[in-house]
Amino acid sequence: MKRHLLSAADLSRDDAELVLTTADEMRSLADRPIKKLPALRGRTVVNLFFEDSTRTRISFEAAAKRLSADVINFSAKGSSLSKGESLKDTALTLEAMGADAVVVRHGSSGAPHLLAHSGWVRSSVVNAGDGTHEHPTQALLDAFTMWKHLGESKPGGLEGRKVAIVGDVLHSRVARSNALLLQTLGAEVTLVAPPTLLPVGIEGWPVETSYDLDSVLPKADAVMMLRVQRERMHGGFFPTAREYSRRYGLDGKRMATLQDHTIVMHPGPMVRGMEITADVADSDRSVIVEQVTNGVAVRMAVLYLLLGGSEPAVGGEE
Amino acid sequence: MCAQPAPEESAEGRVVLDARDITRALTRISHEILERNRGAGDLVLLGIPSRGVPLAQRIAERMAAVEGFDVPVGSLDVTMYRDDLRMKPARALLPTQIPAGGIDGKVVVLVDDVLFSGRTIRAALDALNDIGRPKAVRLAVLVDRGHRELPIRADFVGKNLPTSLVERVKVTLAGVDETDAVTIQGVGA
Repeated sequence: MKRHLLSAADLSRDDAELVLTTADEMRSLADRPIKKLPALRGRTVVNLFFEDSTRTRISFEAAAKRLSADVINFSAKGSSLSKGESLKDTALTLEAMGADAVVVRHGSSGAPHLLAHSGWVRSSVVNAGDGTHEHPTQALLDAFTMWKHLGESKPGGLEGRKVAIVGDVLHSRVARSNALLLQTLGAEVTLVAPPTLLPVGIEGWPVETSYDLDSVLPKADAVMMLRVQRERMHGGFFPTAREYSRRYGLDGKRMATLQDHTIVMHPGPMVRGMEITADVADSDRSVIVEQVTNGVAVRMAVLYLLLGGSEPAVGGEE
Repeated sequence: MCAQPAPEESAEGRVVLDARDITRALTRISHEILERNRGAGDLVLLGIPSRGVPLAQRIAERMAAVEGFDVPVGSLDVTMYRDDLRMKPARALLPTQIPAGGIDGKVVVLVDDVLFSGRTIRAALDALNDIGRPKAVRLAVLVDRGHRELPIRADFVGKNLPTSLVERVKVTLAGVDETDAVTIQGVGA
């Protein structure tokens, strides 16, 4: 039975489009006086965050609350996790509390899989980012944002659209999940990065790669800039920050080479002046703030489709 | 009624209303709503997806022809308010579109194709509660097939259709389906 969302690859095209159309309905809720739906009344959603995160955690929290679920936040700092408790014991505690869904962010790739497949918990597991592996709800909200702007909000709307994902692909779970999901939705993805920041085995991904940003930009329908994740870098991946931003940063001059309809995205948090300049981040093309709004709608859709009925409507195999 | 053709038996079931019957019923309902409401002022028509929405639009077209101005029409999805939400796999949501003027202080007419247990209408009333406070809520249905499980009744009915619980009433509407028809299927049809 499908009940977890661990990887963007878990979603079939029908699943992914169901999430997008559901999110579209959820988004209209933001315009209503009472921003609440009763669908998850009496269900408990636990946010289990082993790694620091602000926007993902509050986004999941807002999503669960708008669906009337009870939310328990559990972060590594100031909890038994910092006292050396194992993932297993934490999971058993959550199970004993009767969690219906566990939203998990972990620094180690594969931790959500372990949690889902260990038999420690019966609840649905939603991956909110694991190490440098995957971040499926981020990919869904990025796809949703593109779908609203470029796909006319119709099924199949992203077919043949060209998406450039630029920057630190090596450390980016967002890039991996986006590549998998956008491929499912029929878009063409090009990863642009210096050779040192492309992962080993990139040939096996369903994407094109390029080292030259300037040749990719004029063809793109959407450009997604990635943050350079210095906290995960132990070694020299590029000579200097200045050289990186000159070759792979998006500034006003590069933005001028984009097509008129092209949108600029960033999963956040962004480092202004490094991968993106302030004038680009604040320009009309930038949909960065909208991505955050859409994040709540998409996470509502995911939680509703996983928990709303007697069995989930989307997600990976048991 | 005397002009009604003899019911046809087929594998698809027995046709109880054909396209012309549906047209006449909707015209009558439109006039009844206007008569009861003394005009189209303050009216908002909300169709319950999926078949209620084209019905609401057709009623609005007839009202526009009579009254000379457009009555706001929208749709109201009740999926998340259903009492059997937990008993079936999670269902896809259908569009909810509330007209720009909102529903506060308005007379909302809910429009659906078939009134049966009344549970859909109960869900719709709960959904309305989260959207605003109408002055009054009325219910218009194309077919009332009986077997209510809740104290709910329709204000405007296209046709009262006595049925047995094993029968199925199917409404098809041009636009969503191929033709306009109401058919009864099942044992004893």
